[in-house]
Amino acid sequence: MKKELIELRVNGRSHELAIQPSQLLLDVLRQDLQMTGSKRGCDDSSCGACTVLVDGTPMLSCTMLAASCEGQEITTVEGVSEHGSLAAIQKAYGDWGGSQCGYCTPGFMMTVKHLLAQNPNPSEEEIRSGLSSNLCRCTGYSQMYQAIKAAIEAEQKAVPTTR
Amino acid sequence: MTDFTIIGKPTAMVDAAGKTTGAGKYADDLSLPGMLVGRILHSPFPHARIKRIDTSRAEKLDGVVAVVTGKDAPNPYGILPVGHDEHALATDKVRYVGDNVACVAAVDESTADKALELIDVEYEVLPAYFDPEDSMKAETELIHDNKPHNLEKDYHHVFGDPEKAFAEAAHVAEARFIANEVTHAAMEPHCTLASFEIDSLTGKPGRLTVWSSTQVPYYLQHKLSLVLEMQMSQIRVIKPLVGGGFGGKSEVIPLEIIAAVAARAARAPVKITYTREEVFWAHRGRPRTIIDLKTGVDKDGHITAVKARVVQDGGAYCSYGVVTILYSGALLGALYDIPNIQYDGYRVLTNKPVCGAMRGHGTVNVRFAFESQLDELALKLKMDSAEIRRRNLLKPPCITINGLRVQSYGLPECIDKVVERSGWKNRIGKLPKGRGLGIACSHYVSGAANSIIRSDMPHSTVNIKIDRDGGVVVYTGASDIGQGSDTMVAQIAAETLGCSMARVKVVAADTDLTPIDIGSYSSRVTFMNGNATLRAAQDVKKQIATAAARKMACAPEDLVFREDKVSKNHVGAGGLPALAEQGSPSPHQQSSVSGRVEGQILRGSLQQKRKDEGPKDQLTFEEAVVAAIDFHGALSGTGSYAPPAEARGGKHKGAGVGPSPAYSYSAQVAEVSVDEETGEVTVHKVWASHDCGRALNPVSVEGQIIGSVWMGMGQALTEEMVWKDGMLMNPGLLEYRSPSSVESPEIEAIIVESVDPEGPFGAKECSEGSLAATIPAIANAVYDAVGVRLHESPFTPERVLAALRAKKNAKTLNLTEGVDPTSPVRFREHGGSLWFRGKGPERHAQDPSRRESVVKAGGDD
Repeated sequence: MKKELIELRVNGRSHELAIQPSQLLLDVLRQDLQMTGSKRGCDDSSCGACTVLVDGTPMLSCTMLAASCEGQEITTVEGVSEHGSLAAIQKAYGDWGGSQCGYCTPGFMMTVKHLLAQNPNPSEEEIRSGLSSNLCRCTGYSQMYQAIKAAIEAEQKAVPTTR
Repeated sequence: MTDFTIIGKPTAMVDAAGKTTGAGKYADDLSLPGMLVGRILHSPFPHARIKRIDTSRAEKLDGVVAVVTGKDAPNPYGILPVGHDEHALATDKVRYVGDNVACVAAVDESTADKALELIDVEYEVLPAYFDPEDSMKAETELIHDNKPHNLEKDYHHVFGDPEKAFAEAAHVAEARFIANEVTHAAMEPHCTLASFEIDSLTGKPGRLTVWSSTQVPYYLQHKLSLVLEMQMSQIRVIKPLVGGGFGGKSEVIPLEIIAAVAARAARAPVKITYTREEVFWAHRGRPRTIIDLKTGVDKDGHITAVKARVVQDGGAYCSYGVVTILYSGALLGALYDIPNIQYDGYRVLTNKPVCGAMRGHGTVNVRFAFESQLDELALKLKMDSAEIRRRNLLKPPCITINGLRVQSYGLPECIDKVVERSGWKNRIGKLPKGRGLGIACSHYVSGAANSIIRSDMPHSTVNIKIDRDGGVVVYTGASDIGQGSDTMVAQIAAETLGCSMARVKVVAADTDLTPIDIGSYSSRVTFMNGNATLRAAQDVKKQIATAAARKMACAPEDLVFREDKVSKNHVGAGGLPALAEQGSPSPHQQSSVSGRVEGQILRGSLQQKRKDEGPKDQLTFEEAVVAAIDFHGALSGTGSYAPPAEARGGKHKGAGVGPSPAYSYSAQVAEVSVDEETGEVTVHKVWASHDCGRALNPVSVEGQIIGSVWMGMGQALTEEMVWKDGMLMNPGLLEYRSPSSVESPEIEAIIVESVDPEGPFGAKECSEGSLAATIPAIANAVYDAVGVRLHESPFTPERVLAALRAKKNAKTLNLTEGVDPTSPVRFREHGGSLWFRGKGPERHAQDPSRRESVVKAGGDD
């Protein structure tokens, strides 16, 4: 298939890319841009490990054509840390055991980022339903709730999240 | 000494930031210049002879570099020395739908996929076996010619006099339990990247480097050497970050060898990543297990005898099967005091993907049956379920009747804790109808005392290097698969050396750099690699102490290593700078005053400083290290661990499996509700106490307990591999229903620390033992809620409803009837009367691939 030239904005930077129109966003991120943070965990958009934000909305990059994202702002897990340091949610996931093997974590980072952008103070019920788009096989999710609460607290008090 | 600075403190994993930022590299994140993509052709038949493979059309396709088949890697292999029955690519027969036939290495994935369609394979389809009890009757067309009756292995153990004990028992319960097949479904699909480099001396392809998602890099190195006929020293296996294993990566998976074979043929690096469906075919999960269990108790509730007949549906190859079937029997012991045990275990081959080791290896399904039956007996005795468990406790230190040595034993406290936290006494039997509580216990090994490779080699070895910069590098073979072993190793090294975690760098699981460790399985890493790390750190610490003692004019034994300082005993007592109180400023304070950066002390200035000051009461860690290097030369320490002879078990056939240097213990209470209209079971909360010896890192320990309980809940309620004629009907993460966050209850992890005499700082296992108790705890809670005893897991609405209707003597409902025309007539079809008759998997009448025109919709009945 013949390649076409597209411009993708990822994490605030523009990239000019020659890609096949059939290429998926996840493959372009991982292979053409070497941003391997977003993961592939399934064949059928069921696991959420590839979640990225497209104009602030969580989307599964494994089932989107890269070309369809032209002109939109894509945020990947590589764009979550702030000024070269861990964002509160990243620090909290580490401190509270929200991440074990870490393979699902990039997807969760994006989902949680969106959740907190929509609702800065979610109840546990809201966190549970907010995370239900992503699968984790290690944690049983429990320590993620603690991490998210700790991150919210840290953001609000601007204090470190260590336990 | 219990006054630790690092051990026992919640510690973020050393690689956490790489995981939360996406910077950490898993195998599939790696690429090499000129790398090709490998794709595998799988068998569409459950059992067939390969008559001919023609790859010529595929080879001619533009972009295809190599096509390999069984003849390119004819040597058999297998994880167990007794089970070398696998080929990376089939040589003569395929034995399950998904078995590996050929591999294409091409410039990209779509080219490789196209090439797969151009490979012509002619099969002679053979009768296939899907149900273990049918398979055991087979006389002809065996799955492996050297396994009569398709029996991989059977064991028959009798300890004590079970028949006499049953005759004398006050109550005997007997029932058949079935636990259906489950799989690991780790989030990371398996991936391997293999690359040869050209040897400078010979000019030919020489050393092989393999990056693979594995729990066992050293076993992989060994099996690669067998199949590729290369020396092990010519093969380097590197384990990058691994996205979960749970046992699914604890042996050599076909793609790991296929990638190397393809890379050799293509003369270029080849990466193969499984699709999720391929992960399900690679499997190695927990076998469907049929358990006929009989238990006797006396009138006081003491267990008098247990008799178990266990049949495991092992799939098409041996894998860990011989070990699995032995664990099922061996771990009837070491939890409770059982004086008489009879065990008959059958590991059976069937034409389905291979079962292997999965979290709680071999123990989980039998534990479900046992703990359920124990509750039935408690009911007969009108005894509280927690009480009957308390009445059967072991009295350690002891050796069980089947030869297992038990030392630390936190089970009594585990039971007390969950009974207390769940409000058991006030709530059991008093909850409204439809809601109930259930209790169950479990245990697991902290590594096997006898390794599967039957050698005298230590199970774990660790090297530590410390240099003038004060940096501590730990070279460990331990494979971190997300459980946090790198962090554990860093903690133990830092605590022992009295230095900060920031000084410690862990280099792990790279066969060129790190000394051998047999891998991350059977919960062995903390106990064994932790002990090896401890010994390596003590070794190097002794060298530092000798040199530091000279500087400080005292005996090495009088030195205390703590918080980046080496102090004389009386100075260090109580922890911190007692020196300041004595009026003389500490060297550390001086160095801060002079503005010098720690870790950059130059030798000259240091010597000058020593001349100035004479013997000191305290050195910084760097000063002590520099002194040691000046005195000894290069500073390194080694440690290794081999389980003690006393822990290695009895002498009977199969006694090698089950013994462990230490066992973890768990007790759990589950609170559930059951909807009697729909049969749906909801778990509201699980209280899980786990005796892990000493909790080295409480955050990780809690994470492992919660993760185990949660995975057990999945097996109890929703997870099941559904088969139809050897085809997996649910090979995806939507259909294989692992619980999502909305279905996951609160799990209260309660850490019980029994402090094992042989564990590193007293630590034992924490990652597997809790899983097994969850399933029976839920089953027992369902009984408390609605009064039905469930004998088959998972407890789907269909099964619960069937049990409820059977209790009321109501007509059985066929819930799948007429729902989906493509669903099998009997939805959970494990074979039974269904034999494969050589037409290929039977498909729905409207399926376009179907050639015959007239077959009734729905199949055989």
